[in-house]
Amino acid sequence: MKIEVQNYKDTRSGFGDGLLEAGKRNPKVVGLTADLTGSLKMGDFAKAFPERFFQVGIAEANMVGIAAGLAIGGYIPFTGTFANFSSARIYDQIRMVVAYSNKNVKICASHAGVTLGEDGATHQTLEDVGMMKMLPNMTVLVPCDYNQTKAATIAAAELDGPVYLRFGRPKVANFTPADEPFIIGKAQMIQEGTDVSIFACGHLVWKAIEALPILKEMGINAELINIHTIKPLDVDAVLKSVAKTGCVVTAEEHMRNGGLGDSIAQVLALNNPKPIEMVAVDDVFGQSGTPDELLKHYHLDTPDIVEAAKRAVARK
Amino acid sequence: MTINELKDVASQVRRDIIRMVHGCQSGHPGGSLGATDIVTALYFDQMQIDPKNFKMDGAGEDMFFLSNGHISPMLYSILARRGYFPVAELATFRRLGTRLQGHPTPVEGLPGIRVASGSLGQGLSVAAGVAQAKKLNGDNHLVFCLMGDGEQEEGQIWEAAMYAPAKNVDNLVAIIDYNKKQIDGSTDDVMNLGDLKAKYESFGWKVYECNGNDMQQIVDTLNITRKNAHKGQAQIVLAHTEMGMGVDFMMGTHKWHGTPPNDEQAANALSQLKETLGDY
Repeated sequence: MKIEVQNYKDTRSGFGDGLLEAGKRNPKVVGLTADLTGSLKMGDFAKAFPERFFQVGIAEANMVGIAAGLAIGGYIPFTGTFANFSSARIYDQIRMVVAYSNKNVKICASHAGVTLGEDGATHQTLEDVGMMKMLPNMTVLVPCDYNQTKAATIAAAELDGPVYLRFGRPKVANFTPADEPFIIGKAQMIQEGTDVSIFACGHLVWKAIEALPILKEMGINAELINIHTIKPLDVDAVLKSVAKTGCVVTAEEHMRNGGLGDSIAQVLALNNPKPIEMVAVDDVFGQSGTPDELLKHYHLDTPDIVEAAKRAVARK
Repeated sequence: MTINELKDVASQVRRDIIRMVHGCQSGHPGGSLGATDIVTALYFDQMQIDPKNFKMDGAGEDMFFLSNGHISPMLYSILARRGYFPVAELATFRRLGTRLQGHPTPVEGLPGIRVASGSLGQGLSVAAGVAQAKKLNGDNHLVFCLMGDGEQEEGQIWEAAMYAPAKNVDNLVAIIDYNKKQIDGSTDDVMNLGDLKAKYESFGWKVYECNGNDMQQIVDTLNITRKNAHKGQAQIVLAHTEMGMGVDFMMGTHKWHGTPPNDEQAANALSQLKETLGDY
């Protein structure tokens, strides 16, 4: 893939613009929010389709129930609130009336991870991917930039079934091609390589891209694959890459327990055990700070990916 | 249906409930027996439905949601007796591989079930969402939702209770199975519900009360709610019921909430309930 930074945009705006586009394409798409229309960038959709937009107030459990009801009635509901309130706060509701009942509800989770920044640990969910990937029927998407989040939102509308769509708050490099369709369950090759497979998702895909030239200078020819679909995982792409490189780094803005690294480690353990290093949060809660400070503090930054790759290669 | 015909259906449903929970030695007879008359009236008199052609989206039909899913034997019996699926299937209740899971679920493809329930407090939200979908679709049929009274202790109920009047969900009729009992004892002892009527009224609902085991009162009250639908206000019926209704030794106590009768108790219970439509 040709990597070219087009601009710097927040992934949540990709969601908002994707929702508007999905709403234009399909009159069955409806939006719901729990008092976070602006934060989720759902305002344009609400303005374009006021009769298809539901403001439910600060009542996330009720929102998910209403979404399930709208899905029963033949609609494609997108719920929008912060990631923590889209997951941990309403896990049982999602489990019973969305996942188990297999309803066509899209749970759209913004401000995920430490890059939420100054609001601190109460809002910085680092456990949501783990919770969501454990639910049967649930598809879990973690796109990496504005363009990809927009495309993922449109793709989610076209998939018949529950989806958890995770994105974030800060403006980050927007580098994937604007016209690239989002194929759920198909890993995205960013750069081919031979020495180590880096599997990244979300904001850390860009951090991994920044690591590539540094690794090259050290003589490590890294392969970078964007795992934007945590579930269903593209097992073939993972195994194919590992067969070539023989070692792995995973990178994610999530707890090590339950995250992307966990999923990849399982695939390796069951199929082709190889050294794996995980760039992830190590069993601690976040705290207040700027996104950049926090990424550095929790060892989720470019140098951390470089070091992890060196360790992985050394363990081969 | 006439009131007497509805009573005959209810009697058979109560027999089915006893035989189902006795058959697998598991399930919730008390609440099932208490809510039988309300749901019988809905399915056999009130709702416009098409049981032979079950559609998930319920387009062009009235729809019912059971929030307190543990009283599933009552719902399964009524669905079967109304023609959603073969009556003989009631014998599979709670057994491995059954579509009649302990708590209702659409996953096994059982006609008549549209969402899982059993984790309490969620049905009213779902029913409100379905009612919103009907409005978007220009479908003027109604959505009914039965809740338990103990279930009113769940916070999500009050999120939905605030939502429906605020958003003019006037095609929704909620019903509370108000038997004043829950697993651990009386609702007064476990968590005093206070004045439920005043609470719902203050939230903006039109509130009705009736004896939920008096078929005439139930039908009369539901008739009024249908007449008053689409008039800008969400409606709720506090249906005063007796847990275990129809079986003398199961009434006046919470002890049969989730306990099946043994052989002797089942025989005793069945001797009190007329077989009107033929046992499964």
